[in-house]
Amino acid sequence: MSGARISGAAVPYLPRGVRLHDDRVRGLRVLLAPERVIQLDPVGHAILSELDGKRSLAEVILTLCSRYDAPAEQIEGDVQEFLRDLVDRRMVFLDGGAA
Amino acid sequence: MRGDCVPRDIDGNPVSVGLPMAMLAELTHRCPLACPYCSNPVELTRVSAELRAAEWADVFRQAADLGVLHVHLSGGEPASRRDLTEIAASARDAGLYVNLITSGIGLTEARLRELDGIVDHVQLSLQGIDAETADWISGYGGSFSRKMQVAEWVRALGFPLTLNAVVHRQNLDRLPEMIDLAEQLGCRRIEVATVQFHGWADLNRRPLMPTQAQAVRAREVVDEARRRLLGRMVIDYVPADHLAAYPKSCMGGWGSTGLNVAPDGTVLPCHAAQTIAGLTFENVREVPLARIWHDGAAFNAFRGTGWMPEPCASCDRREIDFGGCRCQAMALANDPRATDPVCSRSSLNARLRANTEAEAASDSTVLVYRRMTREKRS
Repeated sequence: MSGARISGAAVPYLPRGVRLHDDRVRGLRVLLAPERVIQLDPVGHAILSELDGKRSLAEVILTLCSRYDAPAEQIEGDVQEFLRDLVDRRMVFLDGGAA
Repeated sequence: MRGDCVPRDIDGNPVSVGLPMAMLAELTHRCPLACPYCSNPVELTRVSAELRAAEWADVFRQAADLGVLHVHLSGGEPASRRDLTEIAASARDAGLYVNLITSGIGLTEARLRELDGIVDHVQLSLQGIDAETADWISGYGGSFSRKMQVAEWVRALGFPLTLNAVVHRQNLDRLPEMIDLAEQLGCRRIEVATVQFHGWADLNRRPLMPTQAQAVRAREVVDEARRRLLGRMVIDYVPADHLAAYPKSCMGGWGSTGLNVAPDGTVLPCHAAQTIAGLTFENVREVPLARIWHDGAAFNAFRGTGWMPEPCASCDRREIDFGGCRCQAMALANDPRATDPVCSRSSLNARLRANTEAEAASDSTVLVYRRMTREKRS
């Protein structure tokens, strides 16, 4: 189950209690979660900003590809690695597609 | 005061100051429970001295401006404040992530509904796995069944929930059941924290000190559960520092990432800091929070590593654990600069180990409960 690739059909979303935040004091974008603050780089921020709880992972990857004009394999690799870690830490949830 | 503006530690070494990420807001020391390891000071603050809701709102705005991201609303029992909703809402309005740390006792379904949309996350303490143990440890009959009811409401309303299991010799053998319970309650996280033997807990070392065998077993239980529950539930574990080779990195470094505001507005580097003789603490009623954080003598006292004596000063772990807990050094070595005696490199460690073993071997089950009125002990 865990450690595995996330299905492209799964719909990833930020669950209640996990949210993006603009840290104006440090000039950073961060992800706030219970007892955790994750500092986001531009890639991480771009990925999480696309999670609307409606579109599937495959659709999110397509959107990122066209927005950043990058090859699908590269985006897919970045997104899989980044989200897998957050899924394991219960900061991103998946609907359908069997996590 | 010195003429220059460079912040200096307790020995006059210049220190650099970062920004705090988290603030513990102790809204009150009132609590229906009487847990014998309560982290509140033995000298409890009276109701009449508590900051009012409007004062807390100001503190939260100052904290957000200072860089704080998470606020932990705690106590005592925060639900003992009738104005909890107003206080929590002002924290959220200030832009903070609001974590409610509660025993559940005093929370009603109506109150939880008010807090829906304000509180980001609920952390519910667990004293034991059944009514018999939990009510004995908390000194409050009916606490366990009430807590389970609150957990149900929390889940029904959709708050993310962490179970905070405080473990010690009397309940550590039942850790697997605590983890199972957290899963049944739909928790995303469980925090398993071994009692810190300060303050009230220090009065209960004999009944509460875990054995070495328990500590070893707990580590195995946690490791196994982490593998089994990966992606389903996160387990944060604070092991027994008295039984470890190295001390805990207390507060991630003194005055580096966190601060604590006591019920009366006193601002502390950690909740037990008032046990350190010679430090003076400022109050947000008189001094702005940013000034206390950046310039306060107590905050600067143990920043950095310049104040460290040997063996810490030349230790390769000095920026990993910062010499351990200053309050524990004060309590056990009578010197807040000393290497935390739980460290295997401390000259006091052998004696502490022997004492710890003797405490863990005790068959005492007599608890000194936390009480509001300080009782004289001989």
